[in-house]
Amino acid sequence: MIYFVLLLVIYIGIFAILSLSLNIVTGYTGLLSLCQAAFYAIGAYTSAIMLTRTHVNFWWVLLLSGLVAALAGVLIGLPTLRLKGDYLAIATLGFGEITRNVLLNWDSLTRGPLGISGIPPVRVFGIVLDPLQKVHYVIFVWAFVLITYFVLRRIMRSRVGRALEAIREDEVAAYAMGINITKFKVFAFGLSAFFGGIAGTLWTVYNQSVNPSTFDFLLSVMILCMVVLGGMGNHLAVILGAVLIEVAGELPRLLGFSSLVPPQFKQILFGLILVVMMIYRPQGLLGRRVPKSKYVAAGGPSVGGTDGSHTGDLS
Amino acid sequence: MSLLSTEKLRRQFGGVVAVADVDFAAEEGAITGLIGPNGAGKTTLFNNVTGLDFPTSGRVNFQGREITGLPANRITRLGIARTFQNIRLFKEMTVLQNVMVGRHFKQNARGIMRNRTMQAAVSVLQLNRTEAGITAESMKWLEFLGLTEFRDDLARNLPYGRQRELEIARALATEPKLLFLDEPAAGMNPAETEELMRIIRRIRDLGITIVLIEHDMKLVMNICERITVLNYGQKIAEGTPTEIQGNEKVIEAYLGKEE
Repeated sequence: MIYFVLLLVIYIGIFAILSLSLNIVTGYTGLLSLCQAAFYAIGAYTSAIMLTRTHVNFWWVLLLSGLVAALAGVLIGLPTLRLKGDYLAIATLGFGEITRNVLLNWDSLTRGPLGISGIPPVRVFGIVLDPLQKVHYVIFVWAFVLITYFVLRRIMRSRVGRALEAIREDEVAAYAMGINITKFKVFAFGLSAFFGGIAGTLWTVYNQSVNPSTFDFLLSVMILCMVVLGGMGNHLAVILGAVLIEVAGELPRLLGFSSLVPPQFKQILFGLILVVMMIYRPQGLLGRRVPKSKYVAAGGPSVGGTDGSHTGDLS
Repeated sequence: MSLLSTEKLRRQFGGVVAVADVDFAAEEGAITGLIGPNGAGKTTLFNNVTGLDFPTSGRVNFQGREITGLPANRITRLGIARTFQNIRLFKEMTVLQNVMVGRHFKQNARGIMRNRTMQAAVSVLQLNRTEAGITAESMKWLEFLGLTEFRDDLARNLPYGRQRELEIARALATEPKLLFLDEPAAGMNPAETEELMRIIRRIRDLGITIVLIEHDMKLVMNICERITVLNYGQKIAEGTPTEIQGNEKVIEAYLGKEE
């Protein structure tokens, strides 16, 4: 049982990184993207191929996987710049399917439907990560969750983050404020894909095999569910979303009555969660973060300000 | 010499000529009004000068340099800012953040270092300081428009008149030489309009050239030094408020021809 809980914690960590990364494009920049699984797959496959065919140091594998995924992100970002809303969603959906089909059919590189297995364990700071030693993995994966969280938080609280949010709120006005829309949209996709790719590497290293069937459309939807459930545009909220969705999905097993519920339970549950959320709390459990000014007026401590209640209303 | 001028600026949408070979000029340091009946092509002219739309033919000069066809983000960087007829605030961001977006290209780590990698490194290290600087500058503009107390409110929760003022604050934060105001008094009550007129004069006193589109004739005649009148995309008159008030073509355009 403790084994299963640790396994769940590892999965939650990987999904937390995925939802943090999708949050950049969908939560902050306001672009509905349905291909996060594709970046995840590209990262996973890049590292799988490098780990089985070369003897490159793990850190290089990690970095390169992120970069290859980021490149893919830029490639999907550029042609779809003009698309918005539903149209962009469809285009990214198409990109996700293309990626999966390429993985499925490029036999010489990806071994097609068989996937790549027998990936040797990696050595990190002198410790060989053995899949049987789950505690090591838990620390390893959650260290990356923290890094991702702090890096993205830093970027989003700078002028770059503000530019992305301005694009979400009003593209024309952002343009008129001197923001290069093209550059920042492509940047958002690249950054998001980079961390998606990192998550892919973590998956490969943990699972020691990759298979194209893992990276289907439903996975992208699941990541989107985590972002929406937690709260778009809020880093901690989307991590919470990842925790809740993963735990909810494994609830029958955790409680020991998995034999009683059908395997489709997960999908039904996600659907239900989405419907309920959209009706009662479209801004997510925690809602968007409203930054308070750190500015202190000359006469004394800052006055006025909000209590954050704006995030909670249902208008 | 004019700060901004257009030469035979033309914008066609299919068969519709929205702006027909208009020569328009804004003198440095002055408040210029652009008036005309609905559909006269005033906003189209604004859009073509600010890079949100591109002219079919003709040219736009700013500070003696041709800027025709430059995208909006580059034009803003050259020193032209604008507000919008239908308010376009970043609604889910706070009042302060809205103005901070206006500081986007004004304050960053660039310029300290020439090398791009070094710039990136410096910008990470200097982030807190840069942010504090952006905040302080933005607060100045909020204060200028009397919006300080609303700084942590979401823009969409501001009263209508305040939203218009916030749009002006955001535009000013880009430190423009030329400011375009598209119907700034629309939807304002007389008291708010009075206040707006004071604000516009104070902006002019900062040395910023202003061009405004407005239907409120009291405001236009009161504060504009020069007025250009458009009708059906054509320039029909140009001159001081007194000249425009007595111009027969203008009266005809607004009131129709006497039989």
